[in-house]
Amino acid sequence: MQERIQEIKEQLQSKVSTVTTLNELNDLRVEFLGKKGSITELSNYMREIPNEEKKEFGSLLNTIKNEANDLLNAKKEELELEELQKKLNDETIDVTLPGTKLTVGGTHPLTKVIDEIEEIFVSMGYDVVEGPEIEQDLYNFEKLNLPKGHPARDAQDSFYITDEMLLRSQTSPVQARTMDANLEKTPIRIICPGKVYRRDDDDATHSHQFTQIEGLVVDKNISLADLKGTLEILAKRLFGEDREIRFRPSFFPFTEPSIEVDVSCFKCGGVGCPICKDTGWIEILGSGMVHPNVLKGCGYDPEKYTGFAFGIGPERVAMLKYGITDIRNFYTNDVRFLQDFNRVEGGE
Amino acid sequence: MRLSKKFVSDYIDIHDIDMKELAEKMVFAGNEYEEMRPFCEATGLVIGEVKECVNHPNSNHLHICQVNLGNETVQIVCGAPNVRAGLKVIVSKVGATLPGGIVIKKATLAGTESNGMICSLAELGLESKYLKEEDKAGIHELPQDAPVGADALAYLDFDDTIIDFELTADRADLLNMIGLAYEIGAIYDRIVTLPEIKVQEQGKSIETYHTLDVQTENCSIYLGKRVENVEIHESPQWMKERLMACGIRPINNVVDISNYVMLEYGQPLHFFDADRLGENIIVRMANEKEMLTTLDGQNRELKSSDIVIANEKEPVALAGVMGGLSTEVEQDTKNIFIEAAIFDPVHIRYTSKSILRSEASSRYEKGIDPNRTKLAILRACELLEKYASGNTCPGMLVHDQAQKEDKTIEITLDKINQVLGMTLTESVVEDILRRLNFTYTKDNQYHVVVPTRRLDVNIKEDLIEEIGRIYGYDHVVGTLPVVPMKRGRYSKKEMMQKEIRRRLEGLGLYQVITYSLVSEQECNLFVNDNRERVQVLAPLSEDKKIMRQTLIPSLLTVLDYNLSHNNKDIQIFEIGSIYYKEDDYKEENMVSGLLFGNYMGNTWQNNVLKIDFYVVKGIIENLLQYLGLTGRYHIVADETKKDMHPKMTASILVDNEEVGYFGKVHPKVSKKDIYVFEISLDRLLEKKVRTIKYKEISKYPSVHKDLAFIMPKSMESEQVMSILRKVGGRLLTDIDVFDVYEGENVKEDEKSIAYSLTFQNPTKTLNDEEVTEIFNQMIHEVESKLHIELRSK
Repeated sequence: MQERIQEIKEQLQSKVSTVTTLNELNDLRVEFLGKKGSITELSNYMREIPNEEKKEFGSLLNTIKNEANDLLNAKKEELELEELQKKLNDETIDVTLPGTKLTVGGTHPLTKVIDEIEEIFVSMGYDVVEGPEIEQDLYNFEKLNLPKGHPARDAQDSFYITDEMLLRSQTSPVQARTMDANLEKTPIRIICPGKVYRRDDDDATHSHQFTQIEGLVVDKNISLADLKGTLEILAKRLFGEDREIRFRPSFFPFTEPSIEVDVSCFKCGGVGCPICKDTGWIEILGSGMVHPNVLKGCGYDPEKYTGFAFGIGPERVAMLKYGITDIRNFYTNDVRFLQDFNRVEGGE
Repeated sequence: MRLSKKFVSDYIDIHDIDMKELAEKMVFAGNEYEEMRPFCEATGLVIGEVKECVNHPNSNHLHICQVNLGNETVQIVCGAPNVRAGLKVIVSKVGATLPGGIVIKKATLAGTESNGMICSLAELGLESKYLKEEDKAGIHELPQDAPVGADALAYLDFDDTIIDFELTADRADLLNMIGLAYEIGAIYDRIVTLPEIKVQEQGKSIETYHTLDVQTENCSIYLGKRVENVEIHESPQWMKERLMACGIRPINNVVDISNYVMLEYGQPLHFFDADRLGENIIVRMANEKEMLTTLDGQNRELKSSDIVIANEKEPVALAGVMGGLSTEVEQDTKNIFIEAAIFDPVHIRYTSKSILRSEASSRYEKGIDPNRTKLAILRACELLEKYASGNTCPGMLVHDQAQKEDKTIEITLDKINQVLGMTLTESVVEDILRRLNFTYTKDNQYHVVVPTRRLDVNIKEDLIEEIGRIYGYDHVVGTLPVVPMKRGRYSKKEMMQKEIRRRLEGLGLYQVITYSLVSEQECNLFVNDNRERVQVLAPLSEDKKIMRQTLIPSLLTVLDYNLSHNNKDIQIFEIGSIYYKEDDYKEENMVSGLLFGNYMGNTWQNNVLKIDFYVVKGIIENLLQYLGLTGRYHIVADETKKDMHPKMTASILVDNEEVGYFGKVHPKVSKKDIYVFEISLDRLLEKKVRTIKYKEISKYPSVHKDLAFIMPKSMESEQVMSILRKVGGRLLTDIDVFDVYEGENVKEDEKSIAYSLTFQNPTKTLNDEEVTEIFNQMIHEVESKLHIELRSK
C-alpha cells in the first residue's frame, strides 16, 4: 500500500511539472482528486485494512490528499501569475510618444509686470485707479504745471484730437483727476496703470503706444525719504532682495525736487556689465515730490500737504527683467514670445 | 551743452580735478552727461619742419621728406599734395596714437622707409565741419613761427577735455561757461572769478548814428553798442579751439567773438553791419506776410507772432533766431552794431520751431539772466578791441524793462528737513547756501537771496532741491510713510478684467496687447454701430490714425503675423478699450478673442479637436457661467453682424440685453476658418451677480431617460429644450444633447436630436409613475406645439 501511495505521489508530481495551462491543470485535478481520481479511489482500500491499522491509513490518505491539493494550488497560482504577466506584457505602450496637447493660455508679459507692481502697492494700502486715455490738455499738461508754451511740452510731442483733447502722453493726469475729484481733500494713496501715447516712430526702443504706472501719495509730512523707502520695496520685489536704489537729481515739471532712480544692476550685482553699461546701475524710473503748483491747482494746500509721485514703465521693467531687446515684441504678439512667459518664477 | 576744460578754467581753478570724477559728481548734482573725452584723442604729436621734399621715384603722388623734429631728423613718406620743403607741420612719430586707436609704426611705402606720419587736421579727429577747404585737401600747415620739436597738441590748444552734458530743461543757467563754473564751484566748494571787462571808448557817441525804438512787450531788454573800424581775419587759435570744443564752427574773429561771448555768459548777441543797418532800429512784431531774406539766403514769409528787428524800411533780422542777409557781417564790414537783448521765450520758441533751432534761440527759449546782458555786450566790445582792432563808440542804446532784483525766498530748517526726510543742521544748510553763492539772513527763518542767474530757483521747494542735491541724495535713508493703515483696493472694473483674463487663460487663450490706433481700412471692419470716430490730428502714418471701434481687426493682424511666422494654432484674446464720440468722448472696455486651427489633442491619437463654432460657444458659456450668469444668458442666431458669417454667428444676450457676439469670420474677409468673439465688459459689469449660496446635494436617487425627436433641419434645438425644461420644471435637474443625426432613415430636410434627461427630487425618492407622467407630458407638448415627432415612433 505504501508503495502504491508513493507511486501515485510521484505520478502527480511529474505530471504537474509538465502542465502549462490552467485547463491541463484542471484535468489533472480530476485525474487524481475527481470522483474516480486515483487518490480518491485509494479510500476503497479502507475496507480491506485491518481495524487497528485503519486510523493510520486514514491519516496517510488525508496527508496525500492535502499534499496533492497544495501541489495543484501552487501550480495554479503560478500559472495565473504567468497569464497576468503575459496580459500586462501585451499592454505595453511607448511612454516616449508625446502627451496629449492640452490647450493652455497665459498672461501677456506687460500685464504680468503690471500685476506684480499693483500687488505690491495694494498690499501697502494703495488703491488702483484708472483714467481716460482720451484726455483733456488741462489734466495731461496744465494741471501738472505744464502751461501752454512750456518747453517741456516739446519733449513729449503728443497725439492731439482737437486743440483741447489728446491721447494722454502719460498716466500722470490720473493724479490730477484723483486729487481734483477728492472734494474733502483727504489723503491719497493710489497707483494708476494704463496705456499712453506719444508721437514717436516705432523702433526697437520707441513705441507710439506703451504702458505706464503712476504712483501718488499725498498726506501730511510725506518726505523724500518716504519716497526712497517705498521705491526700495518696489525695486527689491521686482529685481531681487539684494537690490539697492540710488537717487539722482533731475527735472520734471510736476515734481520738485525731482529724482531719477537707478537700481543696482541685477545682472552683475553692481560690478559692471553690458546691461548696466559698466556703471553697475540701471535707470528705472522718474519720481519726485509733488510740485506745490500741482497740489494747489488740485485744491490741496501745499503748506499742509506734501506728497510724492513716481512713474514707471512696465515695458522697460519687462525688457530689463526678461532680457527683451525690442519693444515691438510686446505689440506683435508672436505666440512663441507669449508662451515664454507662461510659467511661474522663482523668488519670494 | 559742452564744457571745455580750458574755457571753464578761466573762471574756476580745476587743474587738480580729474575730469572723469568731475563728470560723475555733476551727474549726482543733476547734470547727466553723454560723454567725456579729450578734444583730440591723439598722443605723441610734435611740430616738425620739412627740410627736404623730393618726389618719390616709384610713385606719382608720394613725396620723400626729411623732417626735423628738433632733436632728430626723420624720413617720412607723405602723400599730401601740399607738402613741401620749409613747411612747419604736425608729425605723429613712430609709436604715436591717432583717434580710432591707430598706432603709427615704422613702414615701407613704395619701397621707401617712412618713420612717422605728417598729419592733416582730419587725421587728428576734427569734424569736417570745422575744416577749411585747404585743410580738407591736405596736411595742416602751421605758422612759420611754430617751435620745432614742441608738443603739437599744446601748441594748437588741442590739449583740452570736453564733457558733453545733457542738461535738464530747467537749467538754463548752465548753458554757458560761467554758469558751469558756479555749478562746479558749489560741488567742489571753489571760488568763481569773473572776467574783468575793460572797454576803451573813443569817437562819436552811438546816438549820433542810431536811435532805438522798442515797440513790443516781447522784448524786455535791448542794448546796442557800436564798434568801428574792425579788421576781419581769423581768430586766435585758442578762441577757435574753444568754439570747436563747444561745437561751434569758427568763421572769423568778429563772428567768433559773438559766439564766444554767448558761450561765456549765456547771452546771445547779434552783430549787424552798422553801415547797412540804417539809422533807426525798431524792435516790433512782424506784419503778417512780411518778407525777410535770412542770412542762409532763404526768403521767408513772416507771421505776426515773429519778433523782428527792423529799420524804417523793412525787417533786418528775426529776433533771437536768425539775422538778415542784408545786414550780415561780411569780409569788408568796417563798423559793427552789437545787439544784446532778451526776447520773450514763447515767441522765440514758436518762431524757431518753424525756422531753425539755433544756439541762440535755444538759450532764449529757456531764459536769460537779465543781469548778464550788459556785461556780455561790454565783453564783446572789449574782445573786438583786442582781437579785431575795433574802436568802441561811447554810449549805449538802452531799452530795459526787466526785473533785475535778486529773488528772496523764506524757508525754515524744519521745512527743509520735513520735505527731504533728513536731519540737516543749520551749519550744513548755511554751508551749502554759501557754496551755491546764495546769500541769506536769518531770524526765525532763512531769507535766502537767489541770484537772477538761477532762473529755475523761485520757490521753497526749488531751494530744498538745491540743498538736497548739493548735500547729496545718497544721504537720504529710506523710510515708509507714517500714515493710517487702510486696505488697498482694485476697482470693480479691474477685478472683473482680472477674473476674465484668468478664466480665458485657463480656457487656453493667450492674452495679447495691440495698438489702439488703426487704419481707415481696419476701422471699417467689424464695426456694427455708426458712431463718430476719434481721429488724431497729425497721425504718424496712415495705418495709425483712427482710434479703434472694435478689437477684432487688431486680432486678425496678430493672426496674420503668427501664421506668416509658422505658428499654426492661434487662440488669443485682448482686453482693451474701443473709442468713439457721442456728446463726449467715450471709451468702452471690451474683451475680444480669436481662435484658429486645432484647439487640443494629438493627430497621432486621432483625438484632435478642431476649433469650430461650438468650441467657441463652449468658451463663451464657460466664461458666462464663471461670471455667475448661468440661466441669465441666451445665445441666439444673428445674421446682422458686419463681416461675420451670417449663418454661423450668434449674439450673446444677458437678461435679454445684447452684450456681445461670436462666430465665424465672413469668407469675404478671410477664406480661413477663423472664429472671433467680442463682449462689452462695461455692459457685463452692469449685471449684478448674487453671492454663492450652497444647495444641499440631493440624497435621493436620480432617474435618467432619453428621447429623440425628428425635426426640420431649420428648427433650433433650443425650441425643443425650452419646452422640455418648462414641462420638467423643478424635477428636471439636467438636460443634454447626446446625438444629432442626419442621413439614413431620416428625411433629407430633417434631423434627429436626442436628449438625455435627469430627474431628481431633492426631498424624496422619485417613483416611476411620477417620471413617466412628466416624460409623456414632455413628448405631448413638444409634438403638439412644434408639430414634430418622437423618433422612436
